[in-house]
Amino acid sequence: MPKRTDIHHILIIGSGPIVIGQACEFDYSGTQACKALREEGYRVTLINSNPATIMTDPATADATYIEPITPETVEKIIIKERPDALLPTLGGQTALNTAMKLYRSGVLKKYNVEMIGANYDAIMRGEERDLFKSVMKEAGIETLKSFHVHSLKEAIHVAEKELPFPIIVRPSFTLGGTGGGIAGNMDELKQIAERGLKASLSSEVLLEESVYGWKEFEMEVMRDKKDNVVIICSIENMDPMGIHTGDSITVAPTQTLTDREYQTMRDASIKVMRAVGVETGGSNVQFCIHPETGRMAIIEMNPRVSRSSALASKATGFPIAKLAAKLAVGYTLDELPNDITKKTPSCFEPSIDYCVVKMPRFAFEKFPSADAHLGVSMKSVGETMAIGRNFKEALQKAFRSLEIGVDGLDLKAEAKVPLDRLDEWLTRTKTERCIAIKVALKRGYTVQKIAGITKIDPWFIDNILQIVEMERELLDAPKDKPLDVDLLRRVKLNGFSDAQIAVLRGQDPLAFREERKKAGIIPVYRLVDTCAGEFEAATPYFYSSYGELNEIRKTGKKSIIVLGSGPNRIGQGIEFDYSCVHTVMALREMGYEAIMVNSNPETVSTDYDTSDKLYFEPLTFEDVMNIYEQEKPIGMIVQMGGQTPLNLADRLLAAGVPILGTSPKSIAMAEDRELFRQMIIKLDLKQPESGTAKTMDDALKIAHRIGFPVMIRPSFVLGGRAMMVAYDETEFVPFTHAAFNASPGHPVLIDRFLENAIEIDVDLVCDGKDVYVGGVMQHVEAAGIHSGDSACSIPPYSLDPKIVLEIEAACTRMALELNVKGLMNAQMAVKGSDIYVIEVNPRASRTVPYVSKATGVPLAKIATEIAVGKTLKELGLVGFRPKLSWYAVKEAVFPFNRFAGVDPILGPEMKSTGEVMGIDKTFEIAYWKSQIAAGQMLPTEGCVFLSATDRDKGWMVEIGKALVGLGFTLTATGGTAKALSDEGLKVVETCKLASGQHPNVIDFMQEGKIAMVLNTPSGPVSRMDEIKIRSECILRNIPIVTTESGARATLGAIKAIDGNDWTVKPIQDYHA
Amino acid sequence: MRRGLHSQALGKYPPSGAGKGLQGLMRIVIMSGILAEKRAFSADTIMKKAIIALEDGTCFTGRVFAGPGEFYGELVFNTSMTGYQEILTDPSYNGQIVTMTYPLIGNYGVNPEDIESRAIFAKGLVVSECSRIASNWRATMTLPEYLERAGIIGVDQVDTRAITIHIRDKGAMKCVISSEDLDCKSLVKKAKNSAGLVGRDLSTEVSAQKPYVYPAGGKKNARFRVAVIDCGIKTNQLRIFDQLGCECRVFPNTAPAKEILACKPHGLFLSNGPGDPAGVPQIVATVKELIESKLPTFGICFGHQMLGQAFGAKTYKLKFGHRGANQPIQDLRTGKVEIASHNHGFCVDPATVDPETAEVSHINLNDNTVAGLRHKKLPVFCVQYHPEACPGPHDPYYLFEEFVTLMEQYKKK
Repeated sequence: MPKRTDIHHILIIGSGPIVIGQACEFDYSGTQACKALREEGYRVTLINSNPATIMTDPATADATYIEPITPETVEKIIIKERPDALLPTLGGQTALNTAMKLYRSGVLKKYNVEMIGANYDAIMRGEERDLFKSVMKEAGIETLKSFHVHSLKEAIHVAEKELPFPIIVRPSFTLGGTGGGIAGNMDELKQIAERGLKASLSSEVLLEESVYGWKEFEMEVMRDKKDNVVIICSIENMDPMGIHTGDSITVAPTQTLTDREYQTMRDASIKVMRAVGVETGGSNVQFCIHPETGRMAIIEMNPRVSRSSALASKATGFPIAKLAAKLAVGYTLDELPNDITKKTPSCFEPSIDYCVVKMPRFAFEKFPSADAHLGVSMKSVGETMAIGRNFKEALQKAFRSLEIGVDGLDLKAEAKVPLDRLDEWLTRTKTERCIAIKVALKRGYTVQKIAGITKIDPWFIDNILQIVEMERELLDAPKDKPLDVDLLRRVKLNGFSDAQIAVLRGQDPLAFREERKKAGIIPVYRLVDTCAGEFEAATPYFYSSYGELNEIRKTGKKSIIVLGSGPNRIGQGIEFDYSCVHTVMALREMGYEAIMVNSNPETVSTDYDTSDKLYFEPLTFEDVMNIYEQEKPIGMIVQMGGQTPLNLADRLLAAGVPILGTSPKSIAMAEDRELFRQMIIKLDLKQPESGTAKTMDDALKIAHRIGFPVMIRPSFVLGGRAMMVAYDETEFVPFTHAAFNASPGHPVLIDRFLENAIEIDVDLVCDGKDVYVGGVMQHVEAAGIHSGDSACSIPPYSLDPKIVLEIEAACTRMALELNVKGLMNAQMAVKGSDIYVIEVNPRASRTVPYVSKATGVPLAKIATEIAVGKTLKELGLVGFRPKLSWYAVKEAVFPFNRFAGVDPILGPEMKSTGEVMGIDKTFEIAYWKSQIAAGQMLPTEGCVFLSATDRDKGWMVEIGKALVGLGFTLTATGGTAKALSDEGLKVVETCKLASGQHPNVIDFMQEGKIAMVLNTPSGPVSRMDEIKIRSECILRNIPIVTTESGARATLGAIKAIDGNDWTVKPIQDYHA
Repeated sequence: MRRGLHSQALGKYPPSGAGKGLQGLMRIVIMSGILAEKRAFSADTIMKKAIIALEDGTCFTGRVFAGPGEFYGELVFNTSMTGYQEILTDPSYNGQIVTMTYPLIGNYGVNPEDIESRAIFAKGLVVSECSRIASNWRATMTLPEYLERAGIIGVDQVDTRAITIHIRDKGAMKCVISSEDLDCKSLVKKAKNSAGLVGRDLSTEVSAQKPYVYPAGGKKNARFRVAVIDCGIKTNQLRIFDQLGCECRVFPNTAPAKEILACKPHGLFLSNGPGDPAGVPQIVATVKELIESKLPTFGICFGHQMLGQAFGAKTYKLKFGHRGANQPIQDLRTGKVEIASHNHGFCVDPATVDPETAEVSHINLNDNTVAGLRHKKLPVFCVQYHPEACPGPHDPYYLFEEFVTLMEQYKKK
């Protein structure tokens, strides 16, 4: 069946901001889908609120709406664009939910928009738990027994009559799975169910048969209109049931299933596709298997592409999202060629001849009060994937890709596990469990004992044991002569890194590297080809291993290596992948062979057709140098992938690698406080006063010299770890202690804190002679809130144009002085008419994609052109300034809803995982859009709870007045209530939480009476009751504002939107 | 029945833990696996090198993990990621040394159920890494133990992707694996001088010695009686007939038509088997005689090649064959694609199929080779691939059902 000709125009919904559980994999799948559909001649309209995506590049779709993803917005777009069809299966749960709402409200029918890929009924059958169960029952597939109960009595009844212990108790609608647990007997059940019923917003808990410790598997399935169904990839979770698959170490293909069991699962997966009725496209089906009886049950299915399907695509080379898009418009699998072989059809099942390990990346260091134990709710913020010829190789590569300071499953890793709590670490899963297994094996635990404790399959544990044994062999090998070549070859084949071996041998890693090369042990590169070598592959997608056959292809073209940004984490995410992709595109456009190196399977940069050659490899010195030595490119670009490649820059340069663009020396100058200070003086600029303290005494002296408030931060840490503001000495001492502890052995930096200063970010491109200022961003939150967590606006919404010009001039001088050849980001602060330089980073910043979308000038592309020798003059950018008759507001999105009990306030330490953009004619509407897009559903009526410290009461009262003017009612406790009524405002006084009296504000929230909360932190250490109020807001999705500037912007937005309509406009029209 | 199969299959090598509960067995295996590791992988064998020498002069090195010695065969590769036990016991691999492209083999051990015949027929197993432990609730033995007891060589620590790509580029070829002679030149000579597959009847070597009934002792209330010519049959073909209510009378491939017809079958089934289909004209003659009696007939793999020749077509050797569980087969009647298990080195040449006699019913979409034939007048059809799976997908299972329907139709007549 060829493609449909009755539809011409397709609407795609993206997944919005990066949040835990929904990350850049949907940029990858959405971008693939847009490309695939346009290739077929369809007009594609796209909505996605996330400006950091390749998907929202103006070139990806015909009309791109960077607007909040809500049914209301999509309806406006449908009215404007009148698409024939809506493809809802490529934008994660966000797209699926939005499409379902549009169907239910009749919008799709009204405007004659057909849902393609999966229809409403199929999505319901896949998503709605009870319906899914009955469909599975009909299809003869076993599901887990479960019961919804609303009272303790019902729960006891279920335990007596229906379910054997242990029973899983899951409260419905709670924050991060709080209040749930596993009940081993009736007493525990009563206790947990009672707690769960209380925690649940709907007083409902689900009692489920426990499959904790069962083996967990996933199947990636595709189906076409002709009912051809194929399995793209099977995945085995190393961690057993009970740990979210997003937080599990997962392995492809399955390792411990016989063909008989695998085929049973395959048959079941196909049945599920047919029973649920996913007409075309990809789905993910999850199974569990009892490890001793083989009993198999289905857990769930996702009738859409998912994180796992992105992983499966990267693991096999089969582009699931691209195919899903083509199948949705009527093609069948046999009509579409396999992109990798070009000769065989896509209607087949990939066979792989390597082992793939995916490892989650966590960010618990950012949320010290969060529960770091893993469970059924996902907590990881990113992931890395590694490919090896065996599990040990892939596992060790994955470990060194994580960038957690280890060189594999090495000795350094072991230091993370406290020996006296080894059993506890094995029993209750934390992120380092794999390391704990190694430690336990070294301490004589048997494979079975560990399997018994962890429920991890013995095969995986035995593989770790093999690593332990090889480590022993390396330790035992004579140190006075070179390592035996056979042993060397064997340990390299099993993923040991040079650094890891060097430590075991007491050698310098570089010296060891030379010794290894001299012994002729150098890696070979193998193709990911979908077919295990059966057919020749046309697409150069490589991974390294050790062996005889090297499949690298030399084209003779001038090549350039671009280093990616590795796993997503807080502070380094999709924004850097965006810049890397643009770099690759620019290099290809200029005729270079672009070689991409990255280890993050979620990204567009690791799509096989983004670059000319893709190396799926860890971003370490060794792995990158190995590629460099074989590819011999003309240079490497390290300024696009964030801190990951920058951290390698010095060593690469020292090893003789030409670094294109800004030299590592300039980068070092910007990072060295003393050199930088001298430059500031030379340029006659200002910096907040500062000092470096090695002891508490030093620190106190400096603080008194500068004067309070001061900002305290440890050195050599990332993303503002342990940064604090102290207003007096009593705060200063404990904070400074904490800073010393956060980075032992390193000095603590103390700066004057510019209270209530306006913070500014600037992104620019410099070629050494001229500067193009890409964007000046005014932060909404005052200085002191991490720039990544602050909302900001292009152009500045309240700054004097003269100040803006002064800022631009200062940045220009700094860029020229630093001899930047590419991108530079500067953070500045404005207090009164004074401009301070806070920090300068001569590299791609997090805001590059946002600035590019806001202004229509692609900064990363320009920087790349500069890096290979073009000038701004040649590019026509000297003296150019984009004329903006609109405002683009970026807002940060936080993972607080995943971490129960964590105080959702902003500070100098970055906590956001993603961002959205709102764009409109005025700042107010753009800000309003950004809030809605970030999930802050700003109200235009209702009751607002106000709570301010004495310092903040003045402006709070002002805001209160304005709110009353807009028709809101107010409620507050004690002091704030008095301050408000003193000004003649009507206010409902509520009891303080701490008083234990009722009604308090939580009661009001539970009754649905609170429309918004304005609450400023009482001090650097929040009181428990404040945290409780703020957490309750997160749980109930009540808009909450915690800063003065945020409150003012919010008020402005509400004023602007109240009673007014708003419009949507594609980004292409802004830049036309 | 499973127990019966189990001892039959393992013959002189009963598993050590036979008779114990499965759970108990699993524990024993996992433990003994780890203990065995100390024995098997340390002192003796760890240093035991092996050379895989090809007739074109190429040599690969590896480590012996089971059954040292010197073994000859055609070197082929299989891309199935699971199912090594079924592959080893598939008689179609008689005369061949199998390289698994999936690098981690042996993880789930072996068990008494997943066997496809009475013994291991492959002449050797080449893998990248063989697991020293068996980890699966049905496992009763590790793979090294299994091969060791059968006296079959297993070699690992081999760059199997290098072998695969070599065979893909140069074709399947004669090979010798040795742990005794480690001189590449001398081995290459031996490989060159070895027999090879072309023109050879390897099927008779593995066919049943005398007729037997499946299930053993006959099937009560069987709906149909199927005469089976055993060219090297995989047991799952018989299991499926049993499931579908058929009793099978299995004959050696040398049985004359008269003897076969004497059991008054409702249908005739031709199994898979090893070797060159052109090397067994006597079977083709028997088959020709049988199908002319209008007996509903179904053939798989070697059986398909027999029927193709009986229809007047010729077979030829593929460069490196199709061996794997992921091959796309299109049913030309419906246009639908099924994913099927494959194991063949020879193929029917479509140019030699007389369109008056037979039509191509299925094709392999990877290279458009003939994957199925149907006779234009007689109730005869056959496929080149393996609807019995084991290992592989169950998609083409419907072919067995179609055969039963065919027998039903003809029984009524």
